[in-house]
Amino acid sequence: MAHSLDPQGAAVTASEIAPEGPLRTADGQPLARALARSQARARRQAFLLVLPLLLFVLITFVVPIGQMLQRSVKNDGFSANMPQISAWFAENPPGTEPDAAAWQALALDLQAAAEARSIGVVGTRINYDMPGTRSLFTSAGRQVRRGIEPPYREKLLEMDEDWADPQLWSVMRQASTPYTANFYLAAMDMTRDEAGNIVRVEEQQRVYLMLFMRTLWLSLLITFTTFVLGFPVAHLLATLPMRKSNLLMILVLLPFWTSLLVRTTAWMVLLQQQGVINDVFVWLGIINDSQRLQMIYNQTGTIIAMTHILLPFMILPLYSVMRTINPSYVRAARSLGATSWTAFRRIYFPQTLPGLGAGALLVFILAVGYYITPALVGGSSGQLISNLIAMHMTRTLNWSMAAALAAMLLGGVLILYWLYDRLVGIDNLKLG
Amino acid sequence: MQKTIVLTSALCGFGLAAQAQNQEVNVVSWGGAYERSQVEAYNIPFAKKTGIKVNMLAADNPATPLKAQVEAGNITGDVFDIEVSDAIRLCDEGALVEIDPADLPPAPDGTPAAEDFIPGALRECAVANIFWGTVIAFDTTKFGDNPPATAADFFDLEKFPGKRGLPRNPKRTLYLALIADGVAADAIYDTLDTPEGVDRAFARLDTIKNDVVWWDAGAQPVQLLADGEVSMATGYNGRFFDAMVSEGKPFQIIWDGQYMDLDMFAIPKGSPNPEAAMAYLKFATDTQRLADQARYIAYGPSRKSSAALVGLYQDGKTEMGPHMPTNPEHMTTAVMDDPEWWADHDAEMVERFNAWLAN
Repeated sequence: MAHSLDPQGAAVTASEIAPEGPLRTADGQPLARALARSQARARRQAFLLVLPLLLFVLITFVVPIGQMLQRSVKNDGFSANMPQISAWFAENPPGTEPDAAAWQALALDLQAAAEARSIGVVGTRINYDMPGTRSLFTSAGRQVRRGIEPPYREKLLEMDEDWADPQLWSVMRQASTPYTANFYLAAMDMTRDEAGNIVRVEEQQRVYLMLFMRTLWLSLLITFTTFVLGFPVAHLLATLPMRKSNLLMILVLLPFWTSLLVRTTAWMVLLQQQGVINDVFVWLGIINDSQRLQMIYNQTGTIIAMTHILLPFMILPLYSVMRTINPSYVRAARSLGATSWTAFRRIYFPQTLPGLGAGALLVFILAVGYYITPALVGGSSGQLISNLIAMHMTRTLNWSMAAALAAMLLGGVLILYWLYDRLVGIDNLKLG
Repeated sequence: MQKTIVLTSALCGFGLAAQAQNQEVNVVSWGGAYERSQVEAYNIPFAKKTGIKVNMLAADNPATPLKAQVEAGNITGDVFDIEVSDAIRLCDEGALVEIDPADLPPAPDGTPAAEDFIPGALRECAVANIFWGTVIAFDTTKFGDNPPATAADFFDLEKFPGKRGLPRNPKRTLYLALIADGVAADAIYDTLDTPEGVDRAFARLDTIKNDVVWWDAGAQPVQLLADGEVSMATGYNGRFFDAMVSEGKPFQIIWDGQYMDLDMFAIPKGSPNPEAAMAYLKFATDTQRLADQARYIAYGPSRKSSAALVGLYQDGKTEMGPHMPTNPEHMTTAVMDDPEWWADHDAEMVERFNAWLAN
């Protein structure tokens, strides 16, 4: 059996004995079918081998990211718990003045939501789009839990006049469908006015776009500094004799194996105003005791600490590429009359590009998503967008907002990855 | 020993005692010195009394795993130690078990729990265990004979030079700016309710913005003060107490304008061990247990009847009374947390605060 399914063995046999008609295997089956079957089996086996990894990636990566993306556009906190008023919004076009039916639907929904203890969810959802309204819902809920009688409009307005606010009705209308783009608008410092037009938020509330730009700029800067610092080190590693380069390699890898938190805290000890570096400067008389430098709890701190932490990710790919570069190329260039600068620029450097590309991409993508280090040493000016994502996850518990910000960050990284592929080519990447 | 077992069975009823053999309860709290105080004051005696095993889990803020577990529909914790604003919010969202004050043990003199707890300490779905304060502390070696004494001094960089440590959130900074600006403690939230009031708070913060080191974790302000990185910082009073009394740091606390908050026990709906959870909650919030906790950390018990039982710190010589945020002298200018206001305005203030910080 095994012999007949071996495609090559079968092909040889078939071509020898059956020159006419469709090619057949030794046991008379059409060759194409036998071939397909044996290939299908090989494919199945290969698939079973990668299945564990596939499931792992699916469960721990694809599904959570999918859920996150869904959460960024879907929030049914209002629509699911306030069905009657949501139905009224669906029936009546925007701009309709709330009539008696609308007030009745609102009052009965409030009562039902208060009984089901979902009124907090409703209030939280509306509060995202219109700050200060959460208590409007929860306090009304407490009052109507035991029942509400007509006239509904007057009863609700008696509790709080804000129920007639046209902006509240506009926000409720937007929330009456589970899917919304409002979280993405908010992530771009925009909002909707009463009429539903998209406008920028007040200047004192604008923060996200600026932080996206800062994250991009700092990540690029950190990528550049790791390149400037890492390139000579990688070159030394690749060209020194084995014993010395091994020692140097340990010096590169030792911090790489040390806990991130330990390294960040170490930088705090070194850089703070009463820290080691300032103490040395004062001792040497470079600066006065009263003019100690502020090198941490600001952008400088973020840049220094992140450059150090990400340096090995630049050095290692560069090193692995540099080791394979044949030194005779540079020697040949020199012997043909090139200066050492020309030989480096035109012969050596272009050959390191695959390693440089890999290192830069690694460092950049890691830097874009960093948050522990900027949170600890960044002060106020060294915060990145990831710190706000973390804040929305853990403090304000607005997961839809966190998801929208994270999705925009993910999209930005994918665009840059695509650009890189177009400009440099992802095939040229060499990770080691 | 035999007697204790008989008594225990009598107290808990035979059914519970029989079940208790292999029961357990998962309590999620804040870690650190605070968790240790709860283990000593609640968990060890509870396990001894009921035979129920207590698993203590630490989180940066237990409301985060609680919310995540509710969202995922997979509740693994039984009792969560959370802030008031989170307790109210999660209760409004229907995630927590309602707690009837009549079920809670009365004070030793028979006062029902509903009257024994300090106002605000009993909520629909949560019971407070401690009051804690956010206070200003300064390094006594920095200012000599003329030390700072008020919240306004915190903002006076000329008279009291040096950097300031402040938490990176609006909740525990805006009130301080207003107090320093002369707003009375009980008018803070009326002021913050107006746009002008918020502007006023930010304007005051502007005056020290360049000299602030912002902190995130409760251990940081103590560290910043100890390193000499800042000369004054606000932080949690229990942490400063720990540094001053246990480690002998030269710090002093300014109680003027302290911000008072409560930590509460809550039980999520659908928890794996609801009965053990309720038994734990009742046990941990009785008069003696709350008083015992103060032996290990300087946070004020939430029951009036516990105050008289608070004695010495575990070192056996430090009187706890003067270090308590609930000491009447410290309460005169204290700002009480307004969880309803923050539930409404947290997101808005956090955004404005971050925009202010970043620019």
